[in-house]
Amino acid sequence: MKPPRFDYFAPQSSAEALAALAEEGGEAFILAGGQSLLPLLTMRLARPRLLIDIMRIEEWREIRLEGGAIRIGAGVRQAELESFPGLARHQPLLALALPFVGHPQTRSRGTVCGSIAFADPSAELPLALLALEGQVHLRSRQRARSLAAADFFTGTMASARAEDEVIEAVSFPVAGEGCGYAFREVTRRGGDFAIAAFAAFVDERSARLGVGGVADRPFLRFMPRPGTKDLDEALDAFAFDLEAREDLHASARYRRELVRRLGRLALEEAERCRA
Amino acid sequence: MPRLNGERRHRIAFTLDGKPVSGEAEPRLLLSDFLRHVIGETGTHVGCEQGICGACTVEIDGRPSRSCLTLAVQVEGAEIRTVAGLAAGPETLCVLQEAFRARHGLQCGFCTGGILVSLNALFRDKPEASEAEIREVLSGHLCRCTGYVSIMEAALAAQKRLSGKTHA
Repeated sequence: MKPPRFDYFAPQSSAEALAALAEEGGEAFILAGGQSLLPLLTMRLARPRLLIDIMRIEEWREIRLEGGAIRIGAGVRQAELESFPGLARHQPLLALALPFVGHPQTRSRGTVCGSIAFADPSAELPLALLALEGQVHLRSRQRARSLAAADFFTGTMASARAEDEVIEAVSFPVAGEGCGYAFREVTRRGGDFAIAAFAAFVDERSARLGVGGVADRPFLRFMPRPGTKDLDEALDAFAFDLEAREDLHASARYRRELVRRLGRLALEEAERCRA
Repeated sequence: MPRLNGERRHRIAFTLDGKPVSGEAEPRLLLSDFLRHVIGETGTHVGCEQGICGACTVEIDGRPSRSCLTLAVQVEGAEIRTVAGLAAGPETLCVLQEAFRARHGLQCGFCTGGILVSLNALFRDKPEASEAEIREVLSGHLCRCTGYVSIMEAALAAQKRLSGKTHA
């Protein structure tokens, strides 16, 4: 099918974009890379009256290191972040997770903030943002606010973003001393959405495991350190608490088993990468 | 650019394979359809139309991208390269195309244009790309004929010839 009709507006400034968004009262969609939105339009699952293309807004196309975080503007493409100098040093988890996002031919257009905005429960970037306890910076014509990732994702493709708000940027904390990271996922084919995805983060004091693709949104939990005897029990409890989804690709039981096994592998790998 | 009315057609201009082109498009027209139906360049094929198959891959400002996941209005002023621009002329083949012909890298050829665009960009930007990197790029293309073995062989043969040329 072909997309339904909509108006198109490509402003040069964020003020124009936010004004247009406020005036349309929920009938306008933000268009960034379009790699998730265009399929929705082509399948006619969405019928916006207006698309606001934000990719000509220079002030939103910046990646910068500030206050111990990598701040990624609304118009930064996934491929641009992938080739950001020193990314694997600044935040190894991002460098590990990005190659799993779609394909090189979609990362070339797709944006980091767009993936966060879609809040797909299987998507890698929302999982990475949650696992690192990053922030989502929202702006409307009236106000600006920042939310913790855990407060932003509220369900399957649902978030705390209001109709008149844009994700202006997201920030991922930079890696600290003595931290180890690992990213794993299971898919039927490379580039498919994950049946289950795992982001592990271990530092001197604690171990954390983020799981995507299993529940209606990514979840993060503190875990016993790899090598301690309570880990199996904690993974088992996490696996059940996620209330795993069942679909064509995998049963809930299979997803729980992935949480137990790959969750452990990811944590052990993160522990090995520490230092 | 002012707000474009969804009911009307608007003039869009960009560079296609090195030449300026323009045509009229409603905002909802996909770049893939603009290339084929408005410009008349049918080298870019349309398969799944949801970004999965890779047949419609073109270069947008130097990066291989899905033309079915891009609106024509989004590429105003951009530089687009398609499979039609790979060879120097209609009677010649580029190194990649020659390798695909010699190594049986295609059967029906429907997916081939997209694959060539992706590999051309890879070998240009990263001449020493590893086999794993070539496979990663090919993972963005579905071929239902070859089983990919001959595609990999053709890609590796082309890479070898291209790097030989660079050093000569």
